[in-house]
Amino acid sequence: MESLLQKLAVENGLVLSFAVVGLVVLFSGYISRKLTVGRVQGSAIAILIGLALAYVGGRMTGGNKGLADVTYFSGLALMGGNMLRDFAIVATAFEVQPSEAKRAGWIGALALLIGTFLPFIIGVSIAYAFGYRDAVSLTTIGAGTVTYIVGPVTGTAIGASSEVITLAIAVGVFKAILVMVTTPMLAKFMHLSTPRSAMVFGGLAGTVSGVSAGLAATDRKLVPYGALVATFHTGLGCLLCPSLLYFAVRALFPAHV
Amino acid sequence: MPLYGTALLAVCHLLGILFGELLGRALGVQANVGGVGIAMLLLIAARFYGHQRGWLEAKSEEGVNYWAALYIPVVIAMAMQQNVLKALSGGPMALAAAITTVAACACCVSFINRREVVAPAETSAK
Repeated sequence: MESLLQKLAVENGLVLSFAVVGLVVLFSGYISRKLTVGRVQGSAIAILIGLALAYVGGRMTGGNKGLADVTYFSGLALMGGNMLRDFAIVATAFEVQPSEAKRAGWIGALALLIGTFLPFIIGVSIAYAFGYRDAVSLTTIGAGTVTYIVGPVTGTAIGASSEVITLAIAVGVFKAILVMVTTPMLAKFMHLSTPRSAMVFGGLAGTVSGVSAGLAATDRKLVPYGALVATFHTGLGCLLCPSLLYFAVRALFPAHV
Repeated sequence: MPLYGTALLAVCHLLGILFGELLGRALGVQANVGGVGIAMLLLIAARFYGHQRGWLEAKSEEGVNYWAALYIPVVIAMAMQQNVLKALSGGPMALAAAITTVAACACCVSFINRREVVAPAETSAK
């Protein structure tokens, strides 16, 4: 019987994922209405439940794909993977008002630049505070603070040790999760209500996963604007961190101090 | 037919990712530079011209809107496969770096957005 169920689950992985996520959304909507009287959005609760399940999955399997590493739920890797995530994000572009996007274009670009430099500087400072002194490690951890993809890309490019690269990924993943969880709570403080404000947020908060989930949990209408800017974040980080920013760090911290 | 919309979405997606890859190579970066963003711009342009020239029917748009509606469930599935364990394994340094960054960025966003909202009203206030 169990092997039959497992076969069914594995062979229909994507279909099962739709059902599982549907159940989680249904349950979250119920909690949102009954326990928080609609104050906390259903999708915010669903994302929190998703992260909790990812933790459980990681604990159970020791893998690195959360719940998707559990055989029964392997279809989640496809449903929540980069391909369908990006496909759905692109689809939301249909809701973009070109005039709004154009008006905020320059400030979105400015936010992108600050969103690369600021996390990098903070990452380098904190790595320094924790005892790292060589330019390669400092840069890699700074890059990981930009996004969890920029970290390993930069680290590999400039020859960081695998422990430092792992640490950089951990920083980036933690940042993404933190953005997912805190965006709805900080939405008022950040004045996150207009297309333009969402573009500023998308540029500064970085990571597509953090921004897309954070905005989904805050206001679905803002998603395309934030995502439009955020999708340039990783590329810009991968461009600046191993080059300009690495040279700057190397100038500040010459080898073997 | 909704399929036309989904096919249009797929073509924009692929072209965007392709341009992003090419842009990355041209810049000498080991990453896709804004592929998804370029795809979004392509789709926005396709919708604009489609409406203007009248070849984009409401029925076809459904094929895109459905995928846009699937966005939140897809993001929840994405949350379910985050490497939460790894994030927590980074120890105090990862924690400190991530929390400080998010806090600083939130303040920065707040600062910029505050100015946007206030700007038009300020002229009458002062």
